[in-house]
Amino acid sequence: MNLLPPADGLVVLLPLLGAITLGLVANHRIAARINILFALATFAAAVHLAYDPPPPGSFLLADRLSVHLALLTSFIGASTSFVSLGFIEAEMTAGLLDRRRARLYHAMYQALLAFMLLALLSDNTGLVWVSVEAATIAGVLVVGLPGTAEAVEASWKYFIVCGVGIALSLFGTIVLYLAAEPATGPGMAAMSWHTLLPAAARCNGIVLNLAFVFLLLGYGTKAALAPLHNWMPDAHAQGPTPVSAMLSGSMMNVALSVILRLRLLLGANAGAISPGPPIMALGLLSVLFAAFTLWRRNDVKRFFAVSSIEQGGVVAFAFGLGGAVPVFAGLLHLTLHTLVKTAIFGCVGWAAQRKGGQSFFRIGGLGHGTRAIGLLLAAAIVAIAGLPPFGLFVSEFMIITETMRRLPLLVIPLALGLLVGAWAMFARLQSLCLGPPTPDGGIAPAAGWTVYPALAHLALAAACGLLLPGMMSDWLGAIP
Amino acid sequence: MHYGTIPYDVAHLLGATMLVLSFALLYQRRVAAVIDIYALQAMVLAAAALWQGWAQGAPQLYLTGAITLAAKGIAIPIALHRIVRRLEIHRSVETALGIFPSMVLGVGLVALAILVVLPITLSAQVLTREDLATALSVVLLGLLAMITRRNALTQVVGFMSLENGLILAAVGITGMPLVVELSVAVLVLVAMVVFGVFFFRIRDRFDSLDLHRLDPISTQR
Repeated sequence: MNLLPPADGLVVLLPLLGAITLGLVANHRIAARINILFALATFAAAVHLAYDPPPPGSFLLADRLSVHLALLTSFIGASTSFVSLGFIEAEMTAGLLDRRRARLYHAMYQALLAFMLLALLSDNTGLVWVSVEAATIAGVLVVGLPGTAEAVEASWKYFIVCGVGIALSLFGTIVLYLAAEPATGPGMAAMSWHTLLPAAARCNGIVLNLAFVFLLLGYGTKAALAPLHNWMPDAHAQGPTPVSAMLSGSMMNVALSVILRLRLLLGANAGAISPGPPIMALGLLSVLFAAFTLWRRNDVKRFFAVSSIEQGGVVAFAFGLGGAVPVFAGLLHLTLHTLVKTAIFGCVGWAAQRKGGQSFFRIGGLGHGTRAIGLLLAAAIVAIAGLPPFGLFVSEFMIITETMRRLPLLVIPLALGLLVGAWAMFARLQSLCLGPPTPDGGIAPAAGWTVYPALAHLALAAACGLLLPGMMSDWLGAIP
Repeated sequence: MHYGTIPYDVAHLLGATMLVLSFALLYQRRVAAVIDIYALQAMVLAAAALWQGWAQGAPQLYLTGAITLAAKGIAIPIALHRIVRRLEIHRSVETALGIFPSMVLGVGLVALAILVVLPITLSAQVLTREDLATALSVVLLGLLAMITRRNALTQVVGFMSLENGLILAAVGITGMPLVVELSVAVLVLVAMVVFGVFFFRIRDRFDSLDLHRLDPISTQR
């Protein structure tokens, strides 16, 4: 087997190299700029991969799904690296981080990016698992970085809950090998997505069921689907904001893409259970749970983390529903949610730094004085609530109409969850952006580091809402 | 390999020994003893890996066995004992659940594991099925040990015992590529480093490894 062909492997090797380099750079200003360079280069490598994908059977699995998500992840990594520069600068000025921690932060930023990309692009199920575990460890280190009691508790919880989830998914991976072995023969073939999916019909159905249960629980934990979600709000509330943004969007995508592949695998096997209902159940539960708990959250970052659980639930529901249209809508939803949520975390993180706190009592009236951030945040909240002109309206509309056509009764809880969630968003929008401004109590970086990336994300999301029946639909439509 | 032949019987015996040690983890209260039982379980796991390497004619499993023995059987227990001494937490461990209920739950979980794995009727490999049931039981008992302990260190041991079960499953499957075993062994070490970081940070601030005392955010969210 050809290990990492140089040009194709760059997309994973570059951030790994970045992690090592940044581990050696002590000056945080230089490190933040090197971080941007590596993130941009990684994005360029991902674009190259999309134009010139390696043939199936090589080390990387460059099908439409993985290339799309790799592009998205590396784009988020690149744009967030600018936010990160401002964020770290302000934290250092305020004395909340020291040099040693800033160095660890930058190294882990790249490591997280590298392992998420490897998990998305790897053809080998074992390697996917290893990458997810490595990304989790990098995430745990970053979340615990502020060193406060709350951050340590959050990262401990993150580690234990996700550690158990990961352990369960390794068991699932082993059992998956066992299920595939009769169909593909022993060895690497039984662990490669590109040989597993065509051979799905000949796998051992009963063993496949066992593997599915463990993999769904394991990767469902990483995707923060209720009731396996409880590490996520803490990790997001305590971790440094740029990493919250990356974890919220991209880590969830990694896990959801594995769940989608599993769904395709089981769906093609007559002897296995139907994979749709369990995935739909977890998704629906996440939507309902998150929509109703949104109301009780007083911490801004925790609030938006819970909203990520809701949106992840919508995607899982669509994937569970299955078929060309829902999977397309689910992927569109996942893509746009990632873009919008990253913009939100950027703005909210900036506001939290400026106001010197992250509870809703401290942050308010962003529309006055900090107009650009306030406007962007308002637009992003409108987008995440699923209103036009942003693309999330299109994807939610498609998911609901398709549900209505196939499982009409499920529309009631799904629509209820979405409405309650959107309502909570608007209630918070009022105080965050429109109300009287709260006093400033902290040090914020120049707004430009946050504004331009957020603007780019929202412009993309709006473009997908307005111009969807074009290139984007051809691109996404070829995935399932 | 079939029932009644030496390779089968020895592999079965080693798996069952690991399961018994998992039960011992559930009822043992002293921190030092918990670590010793973990070390013993890891050594049995190493023996199981070596035996499978011989029985399957798969030399890479010798490597898995050697890594398991060196890292989990020797190095990690020594490090844990050192942490216990440095942090002075020799006292017995609080459990959230009494011995009897946790043993009953444990037996229930083993029954569940057997019931779940039993329908898997593989044509060739009887041993794979039995091994999988044992491994799943070890995994579930590790989970139970994590839930019933309040102390961070014993939770960690429960977690690592759970991972022993995973490796037992991996080595029991004929022809499984090496990738997984090796990476798991490496990652457990990495995870251990992370744990170490945690211990010292938690120690810095709370003078205790009892997770119950650092629960401020779960009440005020």
